[in-house]
Amino acid sequence: MNFPYFLQQLIDGITRGSVYGMVAIGYTMVYGIIGMVNFAHGDVFMIGAFNALIGFLILAALGFSTTPFMVIVQILIVLVIAVCFTAVYGWTIERIAYRPLRGSSRLAPLISAIGMSIVLQNFVLLVQGSKPKPLQPLITGRTEVPVPGGSVSVSYVQMLVVAATVIFMAIFALIISRTSLGRAQRACEQDMKMVRLLGINVDRVISLTFVMGAALAGVAGLMVTLIYGSVNFYMGFVAGIKAFSAAVLGGIGSLPGAMLGGILIGIIEAMWSAYFKTEYQDFAAFAILVLVLIFRPTGLLGRPEIEKV
Amino acid sequence: MAETRNEFLKQVAAEALATAAVTFLLSFLLVGFDTVSLQGQALTFNTRFDAVAWAVALVTAGRVLMALDRHGLHWPILVFGSIFAAYFIFAGVCGVLGYPAYDNLPKPHFDQPMALVIFGIAAVIIVGLSLAGRRTRQIHAMSSEQRKAIEATSASRGYLFLKYLGPTLIVFALALPLFANQKWVDALVVALTFVALAWGLNIVVGLAGLLDLGYVAFYAVGAYTYTKMSMYFHLDFWETLGFAGIFAAIFGIVLGFPVLRLRGDYLAIVTLGFGEMIRVTMLNWVDFSNGPAGINNVPYIDFFGIPFKRKPEEGTESFHTLLGIDYSTGQRLYFMYYVVLVLSLIICFVAVRMRKLPIGRAWEALREDEIACRALGINPTNTKLTAFAIGASFAGLSGAFFATRLGFVSPDPFNFELSAMVLAAVVLGGAGSQVTVALAALVLTIVPIVMLDLVHYRMLVFGVVMVLAMLWRPQGIAGHRRPTIWLHGKKNQPLTASEGEALA
Amino acid sequence: MTATKALPPELRPAPDPDELLCVDHLTMRFGGLVAIDSVSMVAKRKQITAIIGPNGAGKTTVFNCITGFYKPTMGRVALYSTPGEVPFLLERMDGFRIGQQARVARTFQNIRLFGGMSVLENLMVAQHNKLMHASGFTVLGLVGAKSFRRAEAEAKDRAVDWLKRINLIRVADSPAGSLPYGDQRRLEIARAMCTDPVLLCLDEPAAGLNPRESAELNNLLKSLRDEFGIGVLLIEHDMSVVMGISDHIVVLEYGRKISDGDPAKVRNDPAVIRAYLGEDA
Repeated sequence: MNFPYFLQQLIDGITRGSVYGMVAIGYTMVYGIIGMVNFAHGDVFMIGAFNALIGFLILAALGFSTTPFMVIVQILIVLVIAVCFTAVYGWTIERIAYRPLRGSSRLAPLISAIGMSIVLQNFVLLVQGSKPKPLQPLITGRTEVPVPGGSVSVSYVQMLVVAATVIFMAIFALIISRTSLGRAQRACEQDMKMVRLLGINVDRVISLTFVMGAALAGVAGLMVTLIYGSVNFYMGFVAGIKAFSAAVLGGIGSLPGAMLGGILIGIIEAMWSAYFKTEYQDFAAFAILVLVLIFRPTGLLGRPEIEKV
Repeated sequence: MAETRNEFLKQVAAEALATAAVTFLLSFLLVGFDTVSLQGQALTFNTRFDAVAWAVALVTAGRVLMALDRHGLHWPILVFGSIFAAYFIFAGVCGVLGYPAYDNLPKPHFDQPMALVIFGIAAVIIVGLSLAGRRTRQIHAMSSEQRKAIEATSASRGYLFLKYLGPTLIVFALALPLFANQKWVDALVVALTFVALAWGLNIVVGLAGLLDLGYVAFYAVGAYTYTKMSMYFHLDFWETLGFAGIFAAIFGIVLGFPVLRLRGDYLAIVTLGFGEMIRVTMLNWVDFSNGPAGINNVPYIDFFGIPFKRKPEEGTESFHTLLGIDYSTGQRLYFMYYVVLVLSLIICFVAVRMRKLPIGRAWEALREDEIACRALGINPTNTKLTAFAIGASFAGLSGAFFATRLGFVSPDPFNFELSAMVLAAVVLGGAGSQVTVALAALVLTIVPIVMLDLVHYRMLVFGVVMVLAMLWRPQGIAGHRRPTIWLHGKKNQPLTASEGEALA
Repeated sequence: MTATKALPPELRPAPDPDELLCVDHLTMRFGGLVAIDSVSMVAKRKQITAIIGPNGAGKTTVFNCITGFYKPTMGRVALYSTPGEVPFLLERMDGFRIGQQARVARTFQNIRLFGGMSVLENLMVAQHNKLMHASGFTVLGLVGAKSFRRAEAEAKDRAVDWLKRINLIRVADSPAGSLPYGDQRRLEIARAMCTDPVLLCLDEPAAGLNPRESAELNNLLKSLRDEFGIGVLLIEHDMSVVMGISDHIVVLEYGRKISDGDPAKVRNDPAVIRAYLGEDA
């Protein structure tokens, strides 16, 4: 057992996992507040990635250079672009496809969400084509970190991703615990009727929840363009299932759980493709989802639900 | 409207501005910039701002027209909608027929002629909806007696139509091969396979309310079971058909047992995961499935033991030699057509019958309220498993048929897209009525054939239709339900809530 | 009978053949919260037993433990469905089996009818287990066997009898969800009775009923007790119903039993008066 190799996979896994975690937060926030699985969220992430990609292309065409300082500036600008434009998608989807169905059965919003997912995928397929879009890596370079047994190479991108994840997690934690929006969200999770009676605009709280989730998906999309440098219209489907598995694994409704679940799934994936067959790594992710739902539906950090009879 | 004219215009203007802004933000990046990746070159783009402008203009105009319509001003949407529809249909038809004038007509960036026709048809539908909306508002303004009378007559008319449509379609389907050409019969074989799948899923989703997003997995099990058994044991279609159904049912029980106690959304995702897991396994387990290349030379269907071969082997008969006629490819085709027709009718019959039996009633009760069912001593797990297994077995039978039709099976067709399409057929058709589900399934298969050039648009339209169907009739799944047993004699109409109140 | 003595105490038949339900030191804990604490009570056959108490006393929790919706933390719930035979231990049984095997039926505080199905269908679903058996687990039903059709006709007749009894025969084919509130309550009770239970558990059956409807409910419950010889267990706040028809009352407060006896005794029990009206009453 080669320790540096293992550590390398671990770092790789944590990086991937951070991306999954950011997408998973969107799933878990929406589920926590209206009890619905936003099937289209994975495709919102895909759109975020495309937004980031196009953002980078625009900046390149506008003549931004690639000195380290300018690269950081570019990333910040594209971050704003990705977050804003993807947030609008999140808001629009909720308004069009979910809000009108809020009173009806469980089935209707889910099918609407599936339809929306199909619409998003095929919309991007139509306007951008089916070929994957490779982007020149903006941040190259890695450092070698000596560890017992050899050394491990950590790329700057990986460090950036982890740092960004930590920052955004902190921001979200602050929003949830300190702001009135966060309080309203937590109240809605408990008792929406009461919140309405207190005069709070529940529709707006829900909309903002979707917006926040979509914004974070935009960040995740940006990260993906930096890490892998390639986007395609279908990436949302598989990524969405994995991110949802992460949300369930960590305990649906729990933000730290979603990130924890994401990182775990990222690590499992990295380990699986390193030590077993890569082709089955998606299989592994689905299998985790199924096993968690069968044996521990409340996940690692979730609260057990008691049926009200 | 009690609002003043100014307020009204301000409101519409505000809506228009918001719509334009949102549409702009949605389309600016993804539509405005066409990324181009060419071999060996860095990624570049072309700008398409005209398409963005069209999108913003069209959506905003549509929103303004609908807002005006909602506020009582009906002529703009009727007039402009009709003009728009007529223009687009005209332009599209020009393009389809190849008139040179087509090139000079202004049109949005995606100038596929058929797409323009479809935009035009969509506009016609929107205008129609606005008219229908007006009629609905008129009805709501009437007294409740008049309303009940109208509801009752329209419901009974609708039901009678469906009641006679079903048998009519069956007679039509039986007689079809007599006057249709082979290409159409082949297309209908595909369509009927899909209808069989939809009727099977209707039992799981429509009756029992179990959202299965991985139905395609059982389809695959049936196809591969047939392939492997017939090739390994040298059996023919009829000998292995039963096994395909049984194996699929076993799979249904094995997959269903651990997950059927999960709540709706979770069950949906898990079944989706199962479907994907089976697809990935088939794709990579090359020893078993030969991977993406697929398995060739799957035995074709036979006439109860007698093959449809042009040149039968030494000492055996072929279908045409038995009858003393010439060989023709149509023989196998027509036989397949009748087989799949009978298969789907059997599925339909079983589903209709089961609905009236205790198990069917238990499915519907479970769908309504599982807790009440438990309190009545009904075993929810077994009941759900039965629905799941029966649905799976029907998919398995259809899968065997699928494999034998082409003589070739690969993991490609067994993807989520197909599961979603079958689900769309069930949802659009609405549970409870076999006829509407079949109609929806037929539409969903015929439309892609018509839209062959527009294969990308096809899925987009599916998605849009799914969303719109839910917005229009969210209770589509439990729409107008007909009871399975009557006390006061069968009526020719489904019960409406207002009727129930009147009787109480 | 030497055979009886060899059984462990909890499985021995009840000494009193009239004992139907024996709840023994029932405790339910949700995390740190103790909802009911060591509650013991007996409900007898052919009697109406009421569980009353201020809000939050744990009445519905007791119900849910008896009917299999909660698994109690501690304690025993024994149902002697046949006098002189080994009881069903309800705390160990799967929810639906309590209805299926032990024949305990219940109604719900929030009325859980199958709203989209007709009134008649609701009563047919209640007879599901019998009909499933008769349909040979569907196979006989599929081929239209005469034995099944006979069983279904009998079930339908039974349903019609109940509809006549609760005066809903005219709306037999209407969706259950379209009935007025009082009718829905009666339908839910009739549906529970169609499962042929030995113990009928009613969760606040009089909630939302006006005085006339409450009086009708009283008559209905008394007829159930007298004609069918079942035991009725009910949670209720409406004292006119409780005092009017109960043979036996159990009073809970803060998860504990504070009184147990016939209506006269409970009515005058100082502990009960204190619980409902406060110290100075």
